[in-house]
Amino acid sequence: MNTREISPGPSLSRRRFLTATGVLGAGAVLSACGGGSSSPGAEPAEGGGGATGYDGPDVDLAFWNGFTGGDGPFMQQLVDQFNTEHPNIAVKMTVMEWADYYAKIPTAVQSGNGPDVGIMHVDSLSTNAARNVIVPLDDVAEALELREDDFATAVWSAGEYDGQRFGIPLDVHPLGYFYNKAVLESAGLDPESPPMDRESYEAALEQLKSAGIQGHWMSPHNFTGSMTLQSLIWQFGGDLFNEDGTEVTWHEDAGVQALSWMVDAVNTGYSPTDVGQDADAIALQNGQAAFNWNGIWHINTLKEVPDLQWGVAPLPNIGGTQAAWAGSHNFVLTRQRRPDENKQEAARVFINWVSQQSIAWAEGGQVPARNSVRESADFEALPEQSALAQQVDYLRFPPSVPGIGDVFADFNQALNEAVLQTLEPATALSEAAERAAKKLEENRERYGG
Amino acid sequence: MATSGVKIRRHAPWTPYAFMAPFLVVFLTFVIAPALLGLWMSLHDWDFMLEHRPFVGLDNYTALFDSTSAVFEMFWNGMKATAVFTVASVPLLVAIPLGLAVLLNRRFPGRTLFRAVFFMPYVLGVAVVGLLFRFMLDPNIGIVNGLIDLVGLDAALGALGVDWPIPWTTGQPWAWISLVAMTVWWTLGFNTIIYLAGLQDIPSELYDAARVDGASGWQQFRNVTLPGLRAVLLFVVTITILASANMFGQALLVTNGGPGDTTRTALIVMLGEGLESFRMGSAAAMSYLLAIALGIVSIIQVLAMRERGRPRWRS
Repeated sequence: MNTREISPGPSLSRRRFLTATGVLGAGAVLSACGGGSSSPGAEPAEGGGGATGYDGPDVDLAFWNGFTGGDGPFMQQLVDQFNTEHPNIAVKMTVMEWADYYAKIPTAVQSGNGPDVGIMHVDSLSTNAARNVIVPLDDVAEALELREDDFATAVWSAGEYDGQRFGIPLDVHPLGYFYNKAVLESAGLDPESPPMDRESYEAALEQLKSAGIQGHWMSPHNFTGSMTLQSLIWQFGGDLFNEDGTEVTWHEDAGVQALSWMVDAVNTGYSPTDVGQDADAIALQNGQAAFNWNGIWHINTLKEVPDLQWGVAPLPNIGGTQAAWAGSHNFVLTRQRRPDENKQEAARVFINWVSQQSIAWAEGGQVPARNSVRESADFEALPEQSALAQQVDYLRFPPSVPGIGDVFADFNQALNEAVLQTLEPATALSEAAERAAKKLEENRERYGG
Repeated sequence: MATSGVKIRRHAPWTPYAFMAPFLVVFLTFVIAPALLGLWMSLHDWDFMLEHRPFVGLDNYTALFDSTSAVFEMFWNGMKATAVFTVASVPLLVAIPLGLAVLLNRRFPGRTLFRAVFFMPYVLGVAVVGLLFRFMLDPNIGIVNGLIDLVGLDAALGALGVDWPIPWTTGQPWAWISLVAMTVWWTLGFNTIIYLAGLQDIPSELYDAARVDGASGWQQFRNVTLPGLRAVLLFVVTITILASANMFGQALLVTNGGPGDTTRTALIVMLGEGLESFRMGSAAAMSYLLAIALGIVSIIQVLAMRERGRPRWRS
């Protein structure tokens, strides 16, 4: 059965914006349809939290996510398998770009057209919990017998908001260190042991440079530059925000050192100038670059490139402290305007079931969220994924504070300005920090944090 | 007909309204109602998911004029980017299609094919065009720089002081050049078709008369074609300004608002504020300011072009 469909999304043509109502119109219409909203967090806990199965009448479940990459088909496979094993539940998966997804889901939920089950990143959980987009699912966590000590602390605690659990962690997806073996070999470097500390990394880049190769293309864009910079800031001993996410700290020493290291790589010719979006990843595939720090989801993309000799390892330690950026996908239940007990029960059964298929999902290029699964033989049989899972003890996640996503536009702008050499790293970071601080202050009032 | 002063009713009083009803329903539902609600939203700290939507009066508007607020820099940089794009793209989008339309209005073999060819890009969605240009224009791995390199033009450009590789999407003014060129290529077909329709409306006797009077090709264009197109021109200029001021997808996809925030247009800013940060009130205030600015521009333009009254060839 093929139940997958790609959301057509809003088709953008210039003329469609002619009416000049654009954003304004869309928001107004949607909230007009929205009307009143039911009280937050009032969803009844259903049965056994999904562990006892579902024997009610046939139900259709809408499952939305943003698995547009190599991970999508793996999730679809899981969904198909679930549908086969549960004849009275038909899950229909809809895939859209994450950015569209996060913009669309609140409006869909508010107008009663939202999905029954969704996926959210760990750093979006608190924002969506605060905005009543998603509902608590403590009962599902209990039924799955999820325990804090089976998860990375950051992943576990980010799923909680206001004392309730809103996310069932599915995976963690760290940043990894991809390298092109053929390129390393051609420059006289050992293709089987890529450099793992700052000294040898820079020496390797120097050697590549004399072989006429710009070894590490520094991306000035979100993907992958932002995750690289975040990892480096943590490596240099700093952080983007203070402990409770109320103040920006990315412009302090560690941030400047991290960004300067990236900019210096451009200045010294280890990276070309003006790297375009995705060009860093393509350069690695084309044999124009030796290294690319990219997400674990990149594994399956590279596997599809014929004859490419590549490897993946934990990030090299540039700053002195081991650290790597990571995200985490979590199952969420969206608030329903017209709650249907059968659907709620079936949705819990679905989450419970998929959550136990971690290995199948890991094949899609992810690291299972549970320590117990990660340490299993099945997972160790996935060499690339387990190479990246070595980082689990020092993975760092974006903070889970309502509205924190608002300030990443500023962070990314600083990265862009510095790597494109229009501003000094320190200036770019502090200007961005100043703008971001104002937004964080507004958010504190808004979310009463 | 009703020549005397006696009124003859030919229809019920509600007939015209009945005819307009289908349009009015759509217009009221999807234009007027949202616009009014937007005005209401702009006076609140409006997040449609939160119960608490406090009334803030004109705060959303005053914040846009207060240089210490979080939105000030963001909004005005967006307005500036939009203005730059509009000023750079509108003259090209008005002039080039006009020239094309005049050419395509002549009789020559393959005319229909060429008409179709020039219109063709317009049927593509912005996502297709955006992605295509993003990869074509990539400074390091794009085909445009690759071709320049291949034919050895890079040395010539280097002699002119142009940095290599040309940062089509990552440096200024190149990013604007790319976005404007891409938009012109993509949308010129629309204006061309409008012009063509206008050209076919100009009576051929006028050209015959001009030729009898010994007018050259340029004089015919200047004194017959242009005056004949005045109404069409007004329409084209107006919608082109509005369309350019609402530029969104190209910058989002090709440059993602960069380098820095130089191509983050007003609409991208509003989208971020309203649908990513969910500050709908503030976003509504921004779009009202943009709408007012566009309204003023349109009025100025209509006044400027109405000045010389009716088309000359009718007088």
